[in-house]
Amino acid sequence: MDRNQQLKIKKKTTGAVKTLIILAIVMIDIYPLFWMITASLKTASEFVTKPAYALNEGFYFQNYIDAWNEGNMSVFFRNSLINTCVSLVFIVLFSVTISFALVKMDWKWKKVVDQYVAFGIMVPFTTAMIPLFQIFTKIHLINTRACLILIYVATSISFSVFLTSGYMKSIPDEILDAAVIDGCGTHGLLLRIVIPLIKNAIITNLVIQFFFKWNDLMAAMTFVSSKSLKTVQTGLLYFTDEFGTKNWGAIFASVSICVIPMLIMYLFLNKKVIEGMTAGATKG
Amino acid sequence: MNKVLGNKKAIAVYVLPGLILYTCFLIAPVVWSFYYTLYDGSPGIKWNFCGPDNYLRLFSDKNFMKSLLVNCKYILVVMAGQIILGLAMALMFHFWLKRFKSFVRTIVFFPVVLPIVAVAQLFTKIYEIQPHYGLLNSILAGVGLENLVQPWLGQAKTAFGSLCAMDIWTSIGFYAIIFYGALLDVSSDIVEAARIDGARAFQLLRYILLPLIRPIMVVCLVFSFTGTVKMFESALTLTNGGPSGATKSLSLYMYTIAFTYSKVGYASVIALVVFALCVIGSFFIRKLDKDITR
Repeated sequence: MDRNQQLKIKKKTTGAVKTLIILAIVMIDIYPLFWMITASLKTASEFVTKPAYALNEGFYFQNYIDAWNEGNMSVFFRNSLINTCVSLVFIVLFSVTISFALVKMDWKWKKVVDQYVAFGIMVPFTTAMIPLFQIFTKIHLINTRACLILIYVATSISFSVFLTSGYMKSIPDEILDAAVIDGCGTHGLLLRIVIPLIKNAIITNLVIQFFFKWNDLMAAMTFVSSKSLKTVQTGLLYFTDEFGTKNWGAIFASVSICVIPMLIMYLFLNKKVIEGMTAGATKG
Repeated sequence: MNKVLGNKKAIAVYVLPGLILYTCFLIAPVVWSFYYTLYDGSPGIKWNFCGPDNYLRLFSDKNFMKSLLVNCKYILVVMAGQIILGLAMALMFHFWLKRFKSFVRTIVFFPVVLPIVAVAQLFTKIYEIQPHYGLLNSILAGVGLENLVQPWLGQAKTAFGSLCAMDIWTSIGFYAIIFYGALLDVSSDIVEAARIDGARAFQLLRYILLPLIRPIMVVCLVFSFTGTVKMFESALTLTNGGPSGATKSLSLYMYTIAFTYSKVGYASVIALVVFALCVIGSFFIRKLDKDITR
């Protein structure tokens, strides 16, 4: 073997090792989820007779039916959907109007308000939680959908304004000037010129806020206690308490019900999700 | 022109509703919690002014000190995992990966968007030992490492590590993707030039890449720090602070004090400590960055 050949072999093996390492990383990310889905399709006896890593023998969909009906997942799902969607409407509405006023309009207190809104990014929700609990108890909103929606909207304003303003700044002032000369009013400017131009920002914001709100646990577990109002996240906590550690199949099915919609959404929207979530770091 | 963009009525309509919500349900409560810290008991029932007592109590409260220690340990371990492993992953993707780049990116980021309750349920089953082995124990038994089979979440010495492993698993994709993006922005000419000058991999990282991705590094450190200070949901859902307080964070401790023992004043003090740690920590990270650059 001459030297050249030896080098070639060496290069090939290091290449193979590198590929293997990356493959291992990808496996570590995917395998637990894959395992969860296979486990959700196992019968109760399979968990006892076979090791946990074994594949499912058949497709036992009864687990899903149990989780959906007996585990009340259908109710939790509807609650999460209502809370999330209603909050999203307001979050998008406020973030567009506030950032339009802050970036493109002229008024005296602009800078102060801008900093005041940005301050919220720093505030941990835990600090606001205790007084919020007292406030909501006083105004009799504790244990209602309304209080969750109010919290979701209030806590999202800072970040979504930050995200939307970034795009708003990239609209050239000349376009707005031209529209104004053509006789466009303030609301018309926002509706017909600005919103179509920042469509992308709105979608990105919508997508990531959907994930944030859907995944919320802290507010939902603190402010809502009645079973009929629980969201998917608090429901899942409650569900495993209810079913104990015995019914593994149903537990895995309920976790899968929680994860699979996220997975499907993510597969279609991953570019927007990654862009939106990392925006805080890359645009700060 | 001024009439349209300076339209006061429109500005009020645009800004006020959102701003009022934001003030009432986020900022006002934070300010309000300062007032709570000066009182003992819970509002309405035995609500007595007690001055700085709640603050002083922190220093003699052993449970507080313990959760502060647990929280600090958690910050160190998880931050190291997120930053060092995240950077290592980004470097591997950048230099080793020739094809499937966007596929790997998509997969690595996925755990970030998963709800923490679902992840915790999944990991509970991975670490399980009773009534039957979970994934980890069954694999260990399968490859003949039976002596390593143990109740991972049931004993103080392994529960903490298990929690950190789960949190690093869920969050590392976020940091890897941010670092990867930063590395993509580094011009390949610079890397090429350094290579021709004979820079080895470590030198390339130390003298070329790290200085160039420095702004992103600072942001990631701040993110990672403030995220780990708030340690709450994962510890609650995986171990609920146990066993015997081994994973009880400041926020979890605060939560128990506020909602189990109804000591609103004292809990507010702890909540403020968490807030203060976030602010001071990110201030110091940014300051350190400035000092080194100078």
